[in-house]
Amino acid sequence: MWEIFKKEIRSFLGSFIAYIVMGVFLIITGIFMWLIQGNNVLDLGVASLQVMFNIAPYILIFLVSAITMRSLSEERRLGTIEILTTRPVSDISILMGKYLAAVALIVFTLLPTLFYYYTIHSLADPLQGIDQGGTWGSYLGLILLAASYASIGMFASSLTDNQIVSLIISMVLCFFWYGVLNLLGDIKALDAIGKSLEWFGLDFHYQSISRGVLDTRDIIYFLGFIATFIGGTKLVFESRKW
Amino acid sequence: MAVNDISFNIPSGEIVGFLGPNGAGKSTTMKILTGYIPATEGDAFVCGLNLNTDSLAVRKLVGYLPEHNPLYLDMYVTEYLLFAAGIAGVKNPKSALEKSLELTQLSPERNKKISQLSKGYRQRVGLAQALIHDPQVLILDEPTSGLDPNQVVEMRNVIKNLGKDKTVLLSTHIMQEVEAMCNRVILINKGKIVADDSLQGLKNSSPSESLESIFRQLTSHVGNI
Repeated sequence: MWEIFKKEIRSFLGSFIAYIVMGVFLIITGIFMWLIQGNNVLDLGVASLQVMFNIAPYILIFLVSAITMRSLSEERRLGTIEILTTRPVSDISILMGKYLAAVALIVFTLLPTLFYYYTIHSLADPLQGIDQGGTWGSYLGLILLAASYASIGMFASSLTDNQIVSLIISMVLCFFWYGVLNLLGDIKALDAIGKSLEWFGLDFHYQSISRGVLDTRDIIYFLGFIATFIGGTKLVFESRKW
Repeated sequence: MAVNDISFNIPSGEIVGFLGPNGAGKSTTMKILTGYIPATEGDAFVCGLNLNTDSLAVRKLVGYLPEHNPLYLDMYVTEYLLFAAGIAGVKNPKSALEKSLELTQLSPERNKKISQLSKGYRQRVGLAQALIHDPQVLILDEPTSGLDPNQVVEMRNVIKNLGKDKTVLLSTHIMQEVEAMCNRVILINKGKIVADDSLQGLKNSSPSESLESIFRQLTSHVGNI
């Protein structure tokens, strides 16, 4: 599994995907946090990273899908999947190696935003007035959310040998689970059904963790979500055997 | 169904040519033997291990060069071979790399990117990858297809050398290839074995004719009607 993991990381770094993803993420969050008039941290006058945590899920839909779009589709297109699967490695360790590499890259992308944390932490009045629980909860929530996106992206990548098709399927599925289910919850006519649909959405649990309260139900939801999509990926991956 | 009730035995230390027209089921048989796809019925054994139950153990003993030689073009030769050694579970990847480079005479190109290599060298990288864990059995799917005559001869020499202490099963539809390399021929057509003999035996079966016409006789569709 770690051999696959290392190979994936090297390929991220070699193909510039890693640098583009990190650059784009930092630039866009930077613009929203510090530059947009009226809505940036300084104008809002609240010592929190909430601006970033609100916008990041949407940026990550695109970026995580871009990271994972080639993960399996490229192996299929090149035919190297036949090399991987005829080696003494199980299918699940191939998938986990690739999956964990994508998650590692995402975590690495989020790391530089700790500068934002430090900046706000230093600017706050009273000093250190930033909401610690909320911030670290939001970071954890964001990582779990992005990890969920990555499982969706890998699933999409297993469906096709075309990277663009994989990217689009992944973005649509991510947006559905993050955005659409959440919007359904707001429709008054749907009432209780809407609320339970909202519970199935990623945003409900992301918001819940972001409040800084670690509820095991939310953690279990995310882990279950990821396991489901990796299971689906494994099913498609093994369909060659049917 | 691509292959139907194929049954053959290969003792160790033999180079066997696996022949047949396109679509006869050569690649499918090889995919089953390497554990890429399972047989829908029946059992396949490599080195006494059943592929249905011991697939991972079999894969440690088998080196496989798939048809069309798939490669990661953006990797460097040594980088790719070290990766291949890693996923094959090789204990000492560095020395395995050197040995494999030497066997395939790849050393001069070792620091290049795979995408920069000529087709002949790419084929050798594919072979080096199959050899990296010093397998007992080599399964090569059309190892010389698309190479120029010089490269074909070089590739054949490399394979012949390997056949001295490994079992090699190679597929092809070129008769000269078989004459140049193999001790034994298995000929399949439409998923069934139509001949399984030593090279000499096959020649003796109709001494007046060339191997090519024997091949045509056994596999042509007109002949079967």
